[in-house]
Amino acid sequence: MAASAACSKADVVASALLQTELLTRRFGGVVAADGITLDITPNEVHAVIGPNGAGKTTLIGLLSGEIAPQGGNIRFDGSDITRFPVHRRSRLGLARSFQITSLFRDFTALDNVALAVQAHCGHSFRFWRDARREDELRQPALAALERVGLKERAGVRVDKLSHGEHRQLEIAMALATGPRLLLLDEPMAGMGPEESARMVHMLRDLKGSVTILLIEHDMEAVFALADRLTVLVYGRIIASGHPEAIRADAAVRQAYLGEKESSDHGGRHG
Amino acid sequence: MTASLDPSLAARPWFAFTPRTVFTIALLAILALFPLYSHVTGNTFILTLFTRVLILAIGAVSLNLIMGYGGMVSFGHAAYLGIGGYAVGILAKEGIGSGFVQWPLAVAASALYALVVGALSLRTRGVYFIMITLAFAQMIYYVAIGLDRYGGDDGLTIYKRSDFGGLIDLNNRTVFYYLCFAVLLASIYLISRLVNSRFGLAIRGTRSNERRMRAIGFPTFRYKLAAFVIAGALCGLAGALLANHTSFISPAIMHWTRSGDLIVMVALGGLGSLFGPVIGAVTFLLLQEGLSRVTEYSDLILGPILLLVAIYVHGGIGGLLEGRRRG
Amino acid sequence: MLYFIEQCLNGVQLGMLLFLLAAGLTLVFGIMDLVNLAHGSLYMLGAYFAATFATLTGSFVLALILAILASLIAGMVLEVIAIRPLYRRDHLDHVLGTFGLILFFNELVRLIWGPEGRTLSPPSQMLTAVQILPGVYYPIYRLVIILATLAVAGLLYALVMRTRLGMLIRAGASNREMVGALGINIKLLYTLVFGLGAALAGFAGVMQAPILTVQIGMGENILILAFVVIIIGGIGSIRGAFVAAIIVGLIDTVGRAFLPDMLRLVLSTNAAQTLGPSLSSMSIYMLMAAILVFRPEGLFPAASR
Repeated sequence: MAASAACSKADVVASALLQTELLTRRFGGVVAADGITLDITPNEVHAVIGPNGAGKTTLIGLLSGEIAPQGGNIRFDGSDITRFPVHRRSRLGLARSFQITSLFRDFTALDNVALAVQAHCGHSFRFWRDARREDELRQPALAALERVGLKERAGVRVDKLSHGEHRQLEIAMALATGPRLLLLDEPMAGMGPEESARMVHMLRDLKGSVTILLIEHDMEAVFALADRLTVLVYGRIIASGHPEAIRADAAVRQAYLGEKESSDHGGRHG
Repeated sequence: MTASLDPSLAARPWFAFTPRTVFTIALLAILALFPLYSHVTGNTFILTLFTRVLILAIGAVSLNLIMGYGGMVSFGHAAYLGIGGYAVGILAKEGIGSGFVQWPLAVAASALYALVVGALSLRTRGVYFIMITLAFAQMIYYVAIGLDRYGGDDGLTIYKRSDFGGLIDLNNRTVFYYLCFAVLLASIYLISRLVNSRFGLAIRGTRSNERRMRAIGFPTFRYKLAAFVIAGALCGLAGALLANHTSFISPAIMHWTRSGDLIVMVALGGLGSLFGPVIGAVTFLLLQEGLSRVTEYSDLILGPILLLVAIYVHGGIGGLLEGRRRG
Repeated sequence: MLYFIEQCLNGVQLGMLLFLLAAGLTLVFGIMDLVNLAHGSLYMLGAYFAATFATLTGSFVLALILAILASLIAGMVLEVIAIRPLYRRDHLDHVLGTFGLILFFNELVRLIWGPEGRTLSPPSQMLTAVQILPGVYYPIYRLVIILATLAVAGLLYALVMRTRLGMLIRAGASNREMVGALGINIKLLYTLVFGLGAALAGFAGVMQAPILTVQIGMGENILILAFVVIIIGGIGSIRGAFVAAIIVGLIDTVGRAFLPDMLRLVLSTNAAQTLGPSLSSMSIYMLMAAILVFRPEGLFPAASR
């Protein structure tokens, strides 16, 4: 991905990049994840959809490592990462973007992405050199910003960027870590039609070079991008497969797409 | 000169004549010239007072690393002043008067305590971290009180200043002043390199958004701990200087209100700025000194002043000099 | 053995006081997200108020009641004047501001009451000891402290769990904006909660006055112990605070009483004498350190914030 020679990772192809088995998590009386078994193949775009409260955020939390599962396991590229902390999963190549933007607000866009590069460029016990002058960090960061279309805004402080630019920056940071799997948590959230289209375009460009697990509500984007679709309702998977098959699935339509008709998000059935 | 968090893509201007910079330079110049003033007027009290200011400023600089840049509000930082001071005092009492032994041990002991306290405390955050650091400082305060052999509650007199052979004579007030000044400037320089290095950005990123730091792959705990240890070690050095300055060390220097003083100095001067701690230390100590001349009940005024600063002033006095930075 | 039982009871009694303080702190922090270092000052004021009222009225009970009322009022006034502007600031500003308040109150007390401290006598009927177990005598007053605090704890529980105000408190703790949006007068709620915390602190201050102290700076020493209680007991948990307070009270008291002797069994007399006092005062912190290693969220953590 967007990595310099000094910090590049070798590409590894595996049969299933990410596999979860009976992943379970309860919060008090609510079962947020109910025996989720799911696999993601390399280089695919796999979308996870479902009504609000279906457990999508919990799923991302479980996959990224912020939430510990109470049952089941997760394998990434063959290794069992169930007990791995967040940062370790990131170092293995699992990057995520946040649904509610989580950035370093008092730094510039470039600083933000450079930090992501830095995280994967050895350790940070370097106390002397000015890190802002290290090409090893700045170049890949600029490349990632260019990738998402933010190069012109590199020197702008995050709290001065627009919401859409924040979402783009989220992606850039995820990309800058040289990931093998991108967990995108509603990247289109709060975007207008023009910005969404741009985001879809960019994500489509990424297809093939990185595996993506996409959580989204925007159905147009989902059907435009996804190779496979998984539908999550009340913490369990009710259907998984090719988008067209899912679209036609009666259970899904009733549980989810049917509900979507009443929302104003442009969901279509048919 | 401020460690700006907003660099442009091009090389940052190393120097800019803002009101804040001018003020800082003026302050440094005045501090550099104090011995001259003291010599001319024969007023040694002011030299003693400002030596103390310089030493506490070093303490504030060390606290600023973890508090201002790292976002860790440690309410137990005065403990390191005590540990450093007691290292000098205890060694002196046991017959080891060489500064070459005392001072490195002062720093090492402080670093060690910081390592232990940090490893335990950094498992928590926010107000709990504050409380825990407070508790650990109080613990070592009580330990010092229990050290009967070394004076206990009454403290320990140090009859001879640290001996550095022919290298430097700490008994000369002016020499000692300039030593403290040099250590202060050196500390600030080291901190300035630190906060712009990879390590520094890691710390500052953690302050800004720790969750994000972990998500991009930083094992934040170890960097916070390292910063905590560095800050403790530097403050231990200040403690060694303080013990030499007062020729005395007692548990009182580790009382939690002294930690509060350090926090006030850092906050007054503006968090996360290089010279802020110096401005804060000077301001706070002058304020204390000044108020105590006006009234016997100085805290009646100082207390509310701190409250008002907390409520109204963004960014401390440094912020005042820069105009409001962010609301 | 008798001595041991007596020390245990003393430990429980200390624990009760710590619980009162910790509960007040937890309430304020849980609802208003405010770090109040000046909580110890309210404790101190309670004791001083009572000493003065006792001199004026000659009755301990009357002094107690008046002191609690005075603490309540003082707390509410303080909240409106000094604390309210701090809510929108961050924790560091809370620390800074309330630290300033500590300095202010210590000086104020010195101005009004002088530097020497005061004494407060318990009711004369309670000066004697009563036999609670065969051969074990324990001062009535100390028993009263334990019982009174238990009663207050019970009242607090009833208040928080059974009344409308308590419901608002619990709701406000989990979702501030929502409670405000529902039209509840948040400002008033906060003032009341802060006042309640102040009253609890003041009550503790009065109760301990006859056996411990009424002097400047008394609040800060016990405040730190209260912090330790909160850390051990668990974040935001009053039940945790109760259990932890008893544990801390017991360890501190029994530790101080027996540790030096126990040390003498294993170490030389000299070493025991040097280490003894230090170690006893350290025992609480060592417990805290152990909790932090094995269970950093505390013994009974409430739902995470």
